Amino acid sequence: QMSAKSQICSIWLGSETGILKGVSLTKKQAFNFCEMSCLSRDQEVCVMAWGDPHESEVLVGSVNGTVKTFSTDKGIFTATRECGDPSQGRFTGLAVTDSSMITCVESGLLKVWKEGSTETVEINVGNGICRMQQNPSQRHRVATGGKENPLKVWDLERPDKPIFTAKNVAHDWLDMRVPVWVRDIGFIPDSDKIVTCTGHHQVRVYDPSTPQRRPVLEARFGEYPLTALSLPASQGTVVVGNTHGELAILDLRKGLVRGCLKGLAGAVRGLQCHPSLPLVASCGLDRFLRVHSLEDRSLQHKVYLKSRLNCVLLSSRDLEVSGSSVSDRASF
Amino acid sequence: MDSNEATTSESVSKKKGKTKKVKRKVKSDEAPVQEMEQAEGEETEKKSESGPCFPPTFSVSEIKNKQRRHSMFLKLKEEKRKAPPKEVPKTIENQRIYDETTVNPEDEEVAFDEGTDEFSAYFNRLTNPKVLITTSDRPRGRTVRFCEQLATVIPHAHVYYRRGLALKRVIPQCVSRGFTYLMVINEDRKVPNGLVLCHLPDGPTAHFKVSNVRLRKEMKRRGKDPTEHVPEVILNNFTTRLGHSIGRMFAALFPHDPQFVGRQVATFHNQRDFIFFRFHRYIFKNEKKVGIQELGPRFTLKLRSLQKGTFDSKFGEYEWVHKRHEMDSSRRKFHL
Repeated sequence: QMSAKSQICSIWLGSETGILKGVSLTKKQAFNFCEMSCLSRDQEVCVMAWGDPHESEVLVGSVNGTVKTFSTDKGIFTATRECGDPSQGRFTGLAVTDSSMITCVESGLLKVWKEGSTETVEINVGNGICRMQQNPSQRHRVATGGKENPLKVWDLERPDKPIFTAKNVAHDWLDMRVPVWVRDIGFIPDSDKIVTCTGHHQVRVYDPSTPQRRPVLEARFGEYPLTALSLPASQGTVVVGNTHGELAILDLRKGLVRGCLKGLAGAVRGLQCHPSLPLVASCGLDRFLRVHSLEDRSLQHKVYLKSRLNCVLLSSRDLEVSGSSVSDRASF
Repeated sequence: MDSNEATTSESVSKKKGKTKKVKRKVKSDEAPVQEMEQAEGEETEKKSESGPCFPPTFSVSEIKNKQRRHSMFLKLKEEKRKAPPKEVPKTIENQRIYDETTVNPEDEEVAFDEGTDEFSAYFNRLTNPKVLITTSDRPRGRTVRFCEQLATVIPHAHVYYRRGLALKRVIPQCVSRGFTYLMVINEDRKVPNGLVLCHLPDGPTAHFKVSNVRLRKEMKRRGKDPTEHVPEVILNNFTTRLGHSIGRMFAALFPHDPQFVGRQVATFHNQRDFIFFRFHRYIFKNEKKVGIQELGPRFTLKLRSLQKGTFDSKFGEYEWVHKRHEMDSSRRKFHL
């Protein structure tokens, strides 16, 4: 039964074929939640988010502009909502506050959809957005960034002007302007700081509480664009992934590479750290979901999921009932 | 029962001279002793069968009595027939570690993925292939001749001189002129050593390492030059998901309907992650016998990376990158 399958899944993934996949690490099984007969490429999943703090609903945003609600208890899609059209670009961010849903598309149109009413609050955040992320502690604040679009933090209660706009770094050693390409954003818990990773393989930390609008810390990793970023439960580090399949743990105090996580062969599209356990789940173009342990950087689980994967969502509950996560390296 | 077993085991252990009696050891002692007894029994049986004891080195032909000699020969044949069957030798292909991405033909999801990917336009017969072959800048003799021969092998292929142009600027121009493939042969020290195969509208780009290039005049016992007929295509052993993508990439190079009148066939054979390209002309001598003549160039390819999207080595997203230290650690693991 679909509800039994969806209740045991602890990791949710969205693929390019439009299929929502649920993975249960304890049972070592992966399930597809979709209708096989009505698959199409324009239902490709771009963004995923939890619909509520209890993690009983998953919101799935597709290329054709629809946001579907999937209930993890019942195992079916309960609602579909038209939130834009493909001409505006793909979804780059999806978030939920109290009773409203926030969506952002590539053209820069950030919309707040209120539950029950058709009126929306719209903000234009600039063109070429690559990512919109919500502050998990102050849920009315969102940050956006993109190609030639610097990091901006918006307060949804005062939507006319951003509360923080980042300034570009000084000219480089050739006295040329450094290009801006923010690919992913993360909010550091218990502080005001924001960390971003760029397409020019830089990781930058900004602090809006200080008058300095330039990055407080800048670190470089690799030679390829960084595509995904995630902050683990333990403070002071960040996990980044690039288009070559290199995952690295960077230290945020000095900006040095703590270590690399091996195994990926394709570009990293989705990365998420578990809220309490030292685990990180990564998915990408090589059609695998990998779960690494952050303590010893070893591969804990590897799952083959036949389509290219775009995003990953981890549930906060314990991924393995057995407790010890070092034992099995089985793949499905 | 238990006491009897204990006594027999005691006697066995005493015979063997062991003093310790551990249950597990007792059981293991019993088993080999039983085997030994059986073996002894067999030997005695054999000895009784052969009759009078012969010296160890003798052959059947030394027996002067014709009837006895004949019966001995038949017994020898019988024993040979009962010999254990021939063992299958272990090869690296036999011992290959099972790849979990191996495509199951009935898989719906993979079928949908392949039915709607970048090659779907070709496989649904909406476009015809048109290939542009070029090289890295300033190619030397061998590479130039290789390109010309490739252009005869692949139908609707055109060779253009590179003139130092940037590939990122060449690609939009190719798309506007209706090309479906861009093939760039990289040259190093007067010998072709790399191949970038880019599917044009917005398709994947594969980067290969080319080795062992043999031009037409270096081939022994070759046939006459290939004709303009469209060849058949054989793709061997592309089993994994990545192998499927690469196999489809090669298939989309050639037009759909082969002209069997031409009797030409191009083969891409994958073995141990190396792809061997051969071009033959075949002729059926009768129902069961075929003669083949190798024509055309011969080369080996090894996949280095597969990138989603057209050629953009710096900012593109890679679907598969060959990482030597992680992927080549086992001699029995292959990816294609």
